[in-house]
Amino acid sequence: MSTPTLPIDYGPAIQEPRSGDALVFENVDLAFENKVILDGISFRVAHGETKAIFGVAGSGKSTILKLALGLLKPDAGRIVVLGQDITHMGEDELFDLRRRVGIVFQESALFDSLTVRENVAFRLLEEGKVSDQEIEERVREALSFVELEKTVDLLPSELSGGMRRRVAIARTIITHPEVLLYDSPTGGLDPVTSNTIIELVVKQRDVYKISSLLVTHRLQDAFTMATHYFDRTENKMKPLPPDAHGMVPMCFLILRDGHVIFDGDLQNLKETKDEYIREYIS
Amino acid sequence: MEFISPGEWVKQKVQSVQDYALLSVRSITNLIIGPRYLADTTQQADLIGFGSLPIVLAACFFTGAALALNSATTLTRFGALTLIGQLVSIGIVRELGPVLAGLVVAGRNASGMASELGSMVVTEQIDAMRALGTDPTKKLVTPRVVSTVFMLFFLTILGDLLGLIGGNVVSSVLLGLDSRSYWSSAWQTLEFSDVFMGLAKPVVFGFIIATIGCYYGLSTRGGTQGVGRATTEAVVASMILIIVVDVFVTRLLMIALGA
Repeated sequence: MSTPTLPIDYGPAIQEPRSGDALVFENVDLAFENKVILDGISFRVAHGETKAIFGVAGSGKSTILKLALGLLKPDAGRIVVLGQDITHMGEDELFDLRRRVGIVFQESALFDSLTVRENVAFRLLEEGKVSDQEIEERVREALSFVELEKTVDLLPSELSGGMRRRVAIARTIITHPEVLLYDSPTGGLDPVTSNTIIELVVKQRDVYKISSLLVTHRLQDAFTMATHYFDRTENKMKPLPPDAHGMVPMCFLILRDGHVIFDGDLQNLKETKDEYIREYIS
Repeated sequence: MEFISPGEWVKQKVQSVQDYALLSVRSITNLIIGPRYLADTTQQADLIGFGSLPIVLAACFFTGAALALNSATTLTRFGALTLIGQLVSIGIVRELGPVLAGLVVAGRNASGMASELGSMVVTEQIDAMRALGTDPTKKLVTPRVVSTVFMLFFLTILGDLLGLIGGNVVSSVLLGLDSRSYWSSAWQTLEFSDVFMGLAKPVVFGFIIATIGCYYGLSTRGGTQGVGRATTEAVVASMILIIVVDVFVTRLLMIALGA
């Protein structure tokens, strides 16, 4: 039987895959008030790759995302984002880099006094370089990506949890970032809504070739991402053939006691003999 | 409650003072560096200034009236009841007007700022703002500092006026004094140093209220309980600071103005 052609190759990609790493962590240490959170963490995320981070609560998963965005500074080690060493970068320099890196926070973190339109357009409005008409078009485009065009005039308090996450994704992608960081995007959501969110993440990976770090507690979400692709012709997520599982740019990173205990793809994960990991994924 | 060593406690306090000082300096340097958020400043001025107007006016009016009542007893003993206008005028313009307006605005707005910014911290909205390329000290802190300083200045002027009116109501209605003579003595006794002192204080107090409110808000830790704690601490700290700083500002201005 011949190797199946991955259907995600259908149609031209919006952004061509690039060689090299989008994100590099080298021996990163971090402690809060004498409590060690990260102890010599090292990993890489290649351009176009999505890496799912697992670990028990308090293992420093969300902290890694904040470090990748420069919202926190490491005690030691080196962090390189899109070729720039951000370890000692000042806040003003980071503001420029953050235009190329987006984050979806755990609880969406939408500005509750602003409408959906103002939330999604926040960065463009703040920069003040784009005309009102273009802002409106880009807001519509971003909201259409998450299929929430009709909510444009609503306040975040009028949206459901899943809708808030999708608006947060729209707010993040409006400037077409090259790296996306997702902090438990499906946490606390029902399975149907979770699947919608995962479909959007897969769409970003397969259609736009965005590099991503995804923190999650839900192992099934990451497995779905490793076994599905986004079909641009039908505009929906579809399962890969069984012998093509893991043939999408999807990796797994497992943290334990501040250390990386696993960093590999779906096949490596299935073959691991580590008792803790086997128990974790079972 | 978690117990910490005295050394650690001192270290935390020094760190807090340092963070507060840095935030205060940034709130001013942001005015030079930009971007400047005029719409946010105007919105805050409306919330802080016009929102506090009725309670500042009421507090000053009744304090002026009470000051006149209390002074009347002593002045009558010396047969100097006609000096009541002078006494109320000096007391309100130099001291009570600015301090009362400051305390009222601190109670109302330092708590508001701490709870609003604290809620934004615990819901990660501050992190989101930074992630979206906006400096929270420029968008949230500086507009609040500018609008509080600006509005407290004018609230104090109006508060002074209402305090004098309160004194006038008591002196004319209850004490039977001539209203024109009250206003005449109240006006003539005021010197430049009195007015300057009375109008310099709200600038300092406004800065204290806004920076303390924002500092406690942005330092919030620990969910909704932390927001409540930050709110209470902001009100207590700003009120105490106003009262303590008032003594030093008064003495400093007395030396500077030779009053």
